[in-house]
Amino acid sequence: MNDAVLKADNLQTYIGHHHILQGISFEARADAVTVLIGRNGAGKSTTLKTLMGLLPPSEGVIVYNGMNIQGKRPYEIARMGIGYVPEDMGIFADLTVEENFKVAKLKEDEATAGRLDRILELFGALGKFWHAPAGNLSGGQKQMLAIGRAMVNNISLLLIDEPSKGLAPIIVEALIEAINQIKEECVVVLVEQNFYMASAVGDYFHILDDGRIVHSGRMEALVDDEELKSRYLGISKSKS
Amino acid sequence: MTETILKRWDNELVIAGIAVLLLLPLFGMPPKTYLTLTIAGLAMGMLLFLVASGVSIILGLMDVLNFAHGALFAWGAYVGFSTFKLLEKWVQADSVLLNFGAFAAAIICAMTVVAVLGMVLERVIVRRVYGNHLFQILITFGATIVLVEMIRVIWGPNDDVMSVPLTFQGNWDVFDVIIDRYRIICILIGALVFGAVQLILKKTKLGLIVRAGVENRDMVQAMGHNIFLLFTGVFAVGAGLAALGGLAMSIFSLQVYPDMGSTYLLFAFIVVIIGGLGSVTGSLVGALIVGLSYNYVAYLVPWAAAGVNIIIMIIILLIRPKGLFTAGK
Repeated sequence: MNDAVLKADNLQTYIGHHHILQGISFEARADAVTVLIGRNGAGKSTTLKTLMGLLPPSEGVIVYNGMNIQGKRPYEIARMGIGYVPEDMGIFADLTVEENFKVAKLKEDEATAGRLDRILELFGALGKFWHAPAGNLSGGQKQMLAIGRAMVNNISLLLIDEPSKGLAPIIVEALIEAINQIKEECVVVLVEQNFYMASAVGDYFHILDDGRIVHSGRMEALVDDEELKSRYLGISKSKS
Repeated sequence: MTETILKRWDNELVIAGIAVLLLLPLFGMPPKTYLTLTIAGLAMGMLLFLVASGVSIILGLMDVLNFAHGALFAWGAYVGFSTFKLLEKWVQADSVLLNFGAFAAAIICAMTVVAVLGMVLERVIVRRVYGNHLFQILITFGATIVLVEMIRVIWGPNDDVMSVPLTFQGNWDVFDVIIDRYRIICILIGALVFGAVQLILKKTKLGLIVRAGVENRDMVQAMGHNIFLLFTGVFAVGAGLAALGGLAMSIFSLQVYPDMGSTYLLFAFIVVIIGGLGSVTGSLVGALIVGLSYNYVAYLVPWAAAGVNIIIMIIILLIRPKGLFTAGK
């Protein structure tokens, strides 16, 4: 595809002696949210860590905006315009919300200040707790901080790992709304187990199972495919 | 409610509790003796803080057990020793300005040489063993042997008498309380270093990145910061602080000897365990606890002085296994 911002080809990643990713290949297209979905231990978070350079793959190619980024260090990848929100959110709990943003900002210019203003508009709660230690925020606020922090620089790709994990339904709704706004500004690759959220924001899906992609397609197709959802995601018709 | 108060005032309660405990010896001795011992304890604590803060930040941020820190401490003392030899006239002059000039020159030389040595150590040896504590212990222990042997080759194997600038010698008599001049200088140096480190950690972007790195190294990298450059810088600063500690301690103990680092490294690890990994405030509080309790107990129960710090460390490990203060503070 010509409009792919990110292309991963045959990613093989080991954690210790465990062969976690066994040939992951997928694309993240421009102006779309690509969702990696699958059961626990399928390799979703490992895929994002591999893309971010935190777990170097033993084989495979990662092309971002036409450049091969495989083998680059995480800080180099981040500086190329990729934001990352890990599963545990990676909040610096002892630092205030303001200090978390200061660490995240790579430049102190007008454009960054403008982006920060938009982030604070999108996640109003962060402004209220600007001088509070980030460790004192609620789960939802921490997730907002994690996403906001990742977007404060000029990024064109945002990797988000299970943002709905452990959050109340009302907060998940707010996150869905936020991600739907974020996708207007940058490409999003989302790892998600919550199918409701995945289907609400996703344009394309890739189902991971045992370190491989077993099904891919448009999200609408997956929503209607009860057999696929039941087999790989454990969702029965009554539950969905 | 009680839980919230405990959580919110956690650090303040720790400091208040320590203050109460450290006031207790006042009931077992005359106030003047208490004051003299307190000044001696504060000076010893500040010297230990200089060594321990480097160990703490290196361990907290880089997760590196640096057993070569003691050898860097000894190198600081010896570089200072040589600087004083070169500036002998300034050291012996009856001039506050020249005495402090010699001291400042010794600090700059010791910190610069040892910081460079620390950088080389990090880039050549330590970087290869990130994430493996056993290898870190072995390789930094090996580096200690090399660094100490280098001291023997350069400066000789025997103990040497450390010169003391004239202004630093003697005592002040304040209302019949004898106060050693150099101890006050040690307290001031420790306070200045603590203030400077706190200022850097809390008010500069670099300091914020270091504090963030202590909490989550991967995330700092994923935000576009070159953690390896940061590691080298932090290692150099830690080595520089060890050098300052070595220089200050050698003036305090009036001698330099090649193995001097191993004695104080043990104290530094006790301080770091008490204070909490990666916490500069924790290092200061831990060092003051060690310094003060050692001096009080040496007066009240002399036979127990050597073991009191180990007992304090065990008690703190039982109550707060992660130390008194959390990382990044």
